[in-house]
Amino acid sequence: MAAPNTLKDSFGTLSVPKESFRAPPRKSRDPASRRPLTGLLFVTPTAVVVAVLFLVPLGILVYMSFTDWPLLASPTPNGMANYTSLPDDDLFVGAITFTLIYTAITTVVLFAVAFVLVAISHSQRRGSRFYRTAYFLPYVVGTAAASTMWWVDVNDRLGVFNQVLQGVGLTNGPVGFLDTPGKALFTVISLVVWKFVGFQVIVLLVGLQSIPEQLYEAARVDGASTLQRLRYITVPGLKPTLALLTVLSITGSLLAFDQFYVLTHGGPDNSTVTVVLALYNKAFQSFRLGSAAAEAVVLLVALVVINVIQLRLLRNRES
Amino acid sequence: MWHRVAAVTCALALTLTACGGGASNNNASTNPDDGTQLTMWVRSATDQFSQRLVDAYNQSHKNHVALTVIPNDNYLTKVGTAAGSRSLPDILASDVVYTPNYTKQGLFQDISSDIKALPYYSSIAKSHLDVASYQGKTYAVPHKLDSSVFFYNKDLFKKAGLDPEKPPKDFAEILADARKINALGNGVTGFDLAGSCGGCGVYTLFPYAWANGASVLSNDGKKVDINNDSFKAIFTLYKQLSDENLVDSSDKTQDGATWPANFLAGKVGMLPLGSPIVGDLLKQTAFQWGVTALMSPDGAHTSTFIGGDVAGIAATSTHKAQAWDFLKWTLDDAQQVEIIAKNGDLPGRTDLSGNKYTGADPRTKLIADGLKNGHTPFALPFGDLFNNPNGPWVATIRAALYGGDIDKALTDGQAKIQQGLDAAG
Repeated sequence: MAAPNTLKDSFGTLSVPKESFRAPPRKSRDPASRRPLTGLLFVTPTAVVVAVLFLVPLGILVYMSFTDWPLLASPTPNGMANYTSLPDDDLFVGAITFTLIYTAITTVVLFAVAFVLVAISHSQRRGSRFYRTAYFLPYVVGTAAASTMWWVDVNDRLGVFNQVLQGVGLTNGPVGFLDTPGKALFTVISLVVWKFVGFQVIVLLVGLQSIPEQLYEAARVDGASTLQRLRYITVPGLKPTLALLTVLSITGSLLAFDQFYVLTHGGPDNSTVTVVLALYNKAFQSFRLGSAAAEAVVLLVALVVINVIQLRLLRNRES
Repeated sequence: MWHRVAAVTCALALTLTACGGGASNNNASTNPDDGTQLTMWVRSATDQFSQRLVDAYNQSHKNHVALTVIPNDNYLTKVGTAAGSRSLPDILASDVVYTPNYTKQGLFQDISSDIKALPYYSSIAKSHLDVASYQGKTYAVPHKLDSSVFFYNKDLFKKAGLDPEKPPKDFAEILADARKINALGNGVTGFDLAGSCGGCGVYTLFPYAWANGASVLSNDGKKVDINNDSFKAIFTLYKQLSDENLVDSSDKTQDGATWPANFLAGKVGMLPLGSPIVGDLLKQTAFQWGVTALMSPDGAHTSTFIGGDVAGIAATSTHKAQAWDFLKWTLDDAQQVEIIAKNGDLPGRTDLSGNKYTGADPRTKLIADGLKNGHTPFALPFGDLFNNPNGPWVATIRAALYGGDIDKALTDGQAKIQQGLDAAG
């Protein structure tokens, strides 16, 4: 049973950070008063880096959210105005709805496709390694680069997708992959699945391989059916892995930006504007940095809340 | 996103400290060509144009200009953050429609007296000097001048049984000619429009309206008027061209990035665009092309959008004399003619519009002569309202072309754009 434990542990540090904090004092029981000071000295460089690169900008951001801050002029404090005007911003409100829909669809589709690919490549047959490599390759392409590729590929005139579809006679004319809100969303999701599914597959395969073979053998000896083995061994053994992937997928999708910025610009007719795209737009198209900062703070709080809920659910399931 | 904003803020702080000790060079020397290293920023729209000028200057001078080309979409962001951290280059170019933002915020040094001292001061493109002026002072000179016009493919005209020397005179003829050319088939379309590009709409649709007597934007940039008969006629024509599939199917999502490609490939009958593609058209030999001015719906008058870029000396530059040496040099006869006009671009001075290159080709001459009917609109939030892909002008274009109700599209667009102008004060 060693293998699932190590996997749980490596994930446990992510979900249950308390233990890792509790650990050091337990070790240093002896009354060495200098120790905390030495320890402090060691963490100082990291603390400084974190403070300079994270806490200070975060503080500036929060300050910005309470000011009217145009890009090209000096800022003036305006209290809560940036926050109170958020509900009136159609683009931002629409972006929240769209981002949630996009996150739900993407997470489900990614898992569905990943399960199929795992089934194909989780075998000792010849060629399974080739499949694994093939699935993973798109993941090493940057999102912006992949989006640019897709942008060319779906073009009506030059795009290879349209040429192939017309070549095999599936469509008469070009599809217009970005013409309607539905088609644009489909195109982006297909890009995201193509690009990220390899990562899901690899992580799931690692999870699967860490379930000890003896369990299956014992189950088989006891006469468990394939479905029972899946229900009572595979799924429980994979739970931490599935939880990790869910957290990553949801957080990643809520922060989606590059693929929409490159591929759709939020179009057609602002139907694919994500929250991050909306606030980027507010900051760097409208140059209302204060208002954008307020949106960023709202997004940050929402993400923290969502992740706390996710991790809590996950911890309950584990115990 | 918040970490993105944070990173920018952090970068600002870093450059701020880094810039502190940099300005040690003084400009006390009398000869401005003293081997100074100058920096210059331009947007990618003027990429090769600026490079040609900079290369020629660097070859013939001791001073050295280091050119940085920044993608169009990121230019304002880059300038804005650099202005905050006082890390602007010595020479800063700017799209004319954005220039009022820069002059108002004091990003440029006042060069009024230098400009007025030029012997050809009175013939420098006035539209550009106007947008570069604020409260009686002038801050920049024309860098690149361009003008929107109506191109057509003479070979396709001939094939479709039309007279290649007779471009369409009014909207009815555009539609009739587009139908005939479209009938050629084989991937050829009669017309080409950019269905998701605000800047393209400003550049090529406003002139139709101006020619028809509409002002579109008031002189102070505070009132917009698009809910009128001129725009109804314009969008009626464009909607019909689109509905009858006389344009390529990709035009619906055309954001401007690849707009001239189909025309340059010889697959489009008519394309409203501007002088920046003349250089490419002159170089290609695959087909004959012609040009005419953008006309009012009834064809009675013509107009053009005078666009392009101006260049000025950043307020933070400590090399004013050297930077002016470069700017002045680009305006001199030799460069205007032998570098700019030779490549098919428009000279930034009216007294040179008859030069041996521009004047020799009736097509470039027509473009240069058309400048007298041109306008350069002005509004502080111009980019946010008109160029922004998520802004109200793009929404208006799309609603009018693909939404089915032109009147409603124009009423909505008018209200939203005016609201944006009001909000900017």
